Amino acid sequence: MQPDWPAQVHGELAAAGVRVVGYVPDAGHKRLIELCQADPSMRTVVLTTEEEGIGLAAGAWLGGEKTVLLMQSSGVGNLVNVLGMVQVCRLPLLMLVTMRGEQGEFNPWQVPMGQTTARVLETMGVAVRQAGEPATVAAHVHAALRLAFEAQGAEAVLIAQQVIGIKSFKDQREQ
Amino acid sequence: MKLRRRDVVSELLRERGELLVIAGLGSTAWDITAAGDSDRSFPLWGAMGQAAMIGLGLALAQPKRRVLVITGDGEMLMGIGSLATIGVQQPPNLTVVVIDNERYGETGMQRTHTAEGVDLTAVAAACRFRHALTVIAELAPLRELVYRTPGPNFATVKVSDEKLPLVLPPHDGVLLKARFRRAVLGDSADVLPEKR
Repeated sequence: MQPDWPAQVHGELAAAGVRVVGYVPDAGHKRLIELCQADPSMRTVVLTTEEEGIGLAAGAWLGGEKTVLLMQSSGVGNLVNVLGMVQVCRLPLLMLVTMRGEQGEFNPWQVPMGQTTARVLETMGVAVRQAGEPATVAAHVHAALRLAFEAQGAEAVLIAQQVIGIKSFKDQREQ
Repeated sequence: MKLRRRDVVSELLRERGELLVIAGLGSTAWDITAAGDSDRSFPLWGAMGQAAMIGLGLALAQPKRRVLVITGDGEMLMGIGSLATIGVQQPPNLTVVVIDNERYGETGMQRTHTAEGVDLTAVAAACRFRHALTVIAELAPLRELVYRTPGPNFATVKVSDEKLPLVLPPHDGVLLKARFRRAVLGDSADVLPEKR
């Protein structure tokens, strides 16, 4: 039996006192988004573009609250310039990124950004953790939460396509 | 006679009390500094397009305080999607004021979209801001909007396209962040979260 990683991750976020959840939806984040929406201690904020999430997280931290951002790998490409603010202000940042464009990808347009996601983040000063198995996702999130909000780091956990397990358009629509 | 931007911002920030202020990069950051630098101000030197979203994050985190975003038309245009995001969240304590000179003032006064008739107030109204108005002369309704009216509120203030002397705020991002958090959160701003 596979571990229920979205429930484990939600538990980690709640235990760390994360109050704001900014997201651009991804099929791989569907269940985690729903768990956060159902949690009265969390405020979910649907974004028009991932870039807005950096502003949201910055503002919430200025007001004393912790934010997590949920997005897919293509969205990382929308963040590049605003990650400069994260560096210059040394803002804590936690992003959970579901991967496309790696194992089992069916859409070639997802491949260029998916295969450069980690490099783009690292180039802009974000530390990257690769969660390749369902059983390891929550542990990576736990570590990233501490590094983000106690050590004031910019952290991303990349959740591999094999964890999400989507192989076709049909699978995605039935998620 | 068109309004002048520094007069508008000074009047908005007169006797500001506990008001928290985010200013978009460029001219509006200089404007709020000309009105008097404050620990409760967070002037941006970059992250173009994010001023309104920073205001939203702050308004959600501090629901008992009034939050004002002052930004320019070019900066607001770059983050125009954030008006839709704010409209969904409906923060009652947030007001966004666009100081609209219809120009990219820091890069050679090129005409922006608003110079060609694009109406940011109408966009905000369509995005479900509770109050959205365009100001061309009278500033009293603007103060009412910022300090008292339940939001989210939006105003476009049409101003002349004058080039003014720079009045620069501190530019160290860590300093700007730390002083703002101390002003809002007190001594607990500097303590590890688990020990609060």
